Amino acid sequence: MTRFLAITRAEMLILRRNRWLFMATLIMVLFALALTFAGSAPTGTLGVDMLTVSVASMTTLSVYLAPLLALMISFDAIAGESDRGSLALILTYPAGRGEILMGKFTAHLAALSFAMIVGFGTAGAVAAWFGGAGAESVLALIRLILTSILLGAVFLALGYLMSSLAGGATAAAGLSAGLWLIFVVLYDLGLLGAVVMDQSGGFTQSVFPWVMVANPADAFRLWNIAGSEGVAITSGMTGVAQALPVWAAPASLLLWPVLAFTLARLAFRRVEP
Amino acid sequence: MTDKALSIENVQKDRGKTRVLHDITLSLKPGERVALLGHNGAGKSTLIKAILGLIPHEAGTIRIGDAIPGSGTARQDTAYLPEAVSFHPALTGREQLTLFARLSGQKADIEGLLSRVGLGDAMDRRIGAYSKGMRQRLGLAQVLLGQPKLALLDEPTSGLDPISRQDLYAIIDELAGQGTAVLIASHALTEVEARTDRIAILRKGRLVADDTLANLSEAAGLPIRLRVRAAQNPDALAQAMGGTRVNGASVEILCAPDQKMQALRHIASMGDAVADLDMTPPRLEDLYRHFAQEDLS
Ligand SMILES: Nc1ncnc2c1ncn2[C@@H]1O[C@H](COP(=O)(O)OP(=O)(O)OP(=O)(O)O)[C@@H](O)[C@H]1O
Ligand SMILES: [Mg+2]
Repeated sequence: MTRFLAITRAEMLILRRNRWLFMATLIMVLFALALTFAGSAPTGTLGVDMLTVSVASMTTLSVYLAPLLALMISFDAIAGESDRGSLALILTYPAGRGEILMGKFTAHLAALSFAMIVGFGTAGAVAAWFGGAGAESVLALIRLILTSILLGAVFLALGYLMSSLAGGATAAAGLSAGLWLIFVVLYDLGLLGAVVMDQSGGFTQSVFPWVMVANPADAFRLWNIAGSEGVAITSGMTGVAQALPVWAAPASLLLWPVLAFTLARLAFRRVEP
Repeated sequence: MTDKALSIENVQKDRGKTRVLHDITLSLKPGERVALLGHNGAGKSTLIKAILGLIPHEAGTIRIGDAIPGSGTARQDTAYLPEAVSFHPALTGREQLTLFARLSGQKADIEGLLSRVGLGDAMDRRIGAYSKGMRQRLGLAQVLLGQPKLALLDEPTSGLDPISRQDLYAIIDELAGQGTAVLIASHALTEVEARTDRIAILRKGRLVADDTLANLSEAAGLPIRLRVRAAQNPDALAQAMGGTRVNGASVEILCAPDQKMQALRHIASMGDAVADLDMTPPRLEDLYRHFAQEDLS
């Protein structure tokens, strides 16, 4: 059972060595700080503290950035080894395919968590220092960090899925970029289009919230909004959040990592080195 | 229990509609070194991957000792060197080999092994900065981890310089000496000729030869080449012995193995007319050509 830890250790070394960890953390810190300062203007008018505003802007940021950073590490995980010929070799060792995937996932998730905690944590601390924070806004920050890690986990696993299906690192990169575009941009655009077309409003009221929460990126957004009144006010997305039961968004975001990892595992089983 | 390190019986493998392995039967005893030869696309790598359980086969059985390919025991007992392998460029040789040692679940003398394959000075450099031959040596170092019962080496000498090739065969001998059965897929005929116990030749997915070099020579009945240098008159000599003239003063005679002594006696009886004599038995190259290119009739 310690075999997957051997993979984890090697993957951690790689992430540190090729500066992914450094770059990802730097990106998170810079973006989070920039948004915190840029978003600090409207605090007075909404009557919430600066950390709340900061969390609201960082939520929007994380929807794009967490999947992107996750896919950037994971797309290469299997296709890269396959290209190098080392996949065939590693599969002749006693470690099973599940252990190999789990080993990589553990390392990648740890690195992603580090970047999230440092990035959002720094920005949160700065916001709290300059604009004050309350128990509720600190809770919102912690929720943001944890859900960002969950969202990252989903896209790590989806990246392994693409990596298994692609058969080569270049194709895997292309598939991952497409996946990101669909989940993070096109899905919402499609929903928006449907709402505009929907004259009667039946779709908008009953189906639309469920379709939306089925997407992990939207579930992430909804969870953070529903969780905090302050964040909801600042982001102006209360409608959908209220139309759904409270458990909907958490259920979606907790189920997705399991689902995606299972799919990745099944796809990896079929990879012929 | 079996006394075979590897037994393959009537194995078939299809890739889509084409059959790439036809009815292969082959076995290796502990400590035996067997060369697996064949043209590009003959099915050498495919056979090795089937033995490792990396790809499924359609019919027949493969056993590593008594274990099924891909089972825990089989993986524990087998070492593999893929053709043209590379590793993650960000890791050092030491880190990569440590990973393999941990995966195999064995305590290993990492530094000793790396020195053994000539990477003693480079073990803490990144693999990205290794030459092709150095990566190949790193691959070889992981073969030596643990004490495998079966080693499958796919073109182990590709990319190695002449001295390294010598080292490689010394390592193979050492493995065989400790009881590991070694199967070497190769295109380097002259090397395997001298350094293996048995030759197996694949042609278009069929095993067309599997025997010692001497027995194969006999079965093929390839002629022995005698080159006689005439003292004075090569034409007369050529006529007297029924050979052909080559380069000025010499005559070349091809004779079947069982006619060799008779031909030698004949040459000896000519006395002073013969100045010198060279005899070349068929080489693996000739045998390979015979077996690998023969028409499938
Ligand atoms: N992944 C694959 N998919 C489909 N066909 C394949 C695949 N790998 C090999 N083949 C086919 O199987 C046959 C045997 O290939 P194999 O790689 O075993 O040859 P080889 O003897 O190792 O050749 P080489 O000396 O070039 O390494 C070839 O006809 C090849 O086209
Ligand atoms: Mg090959």
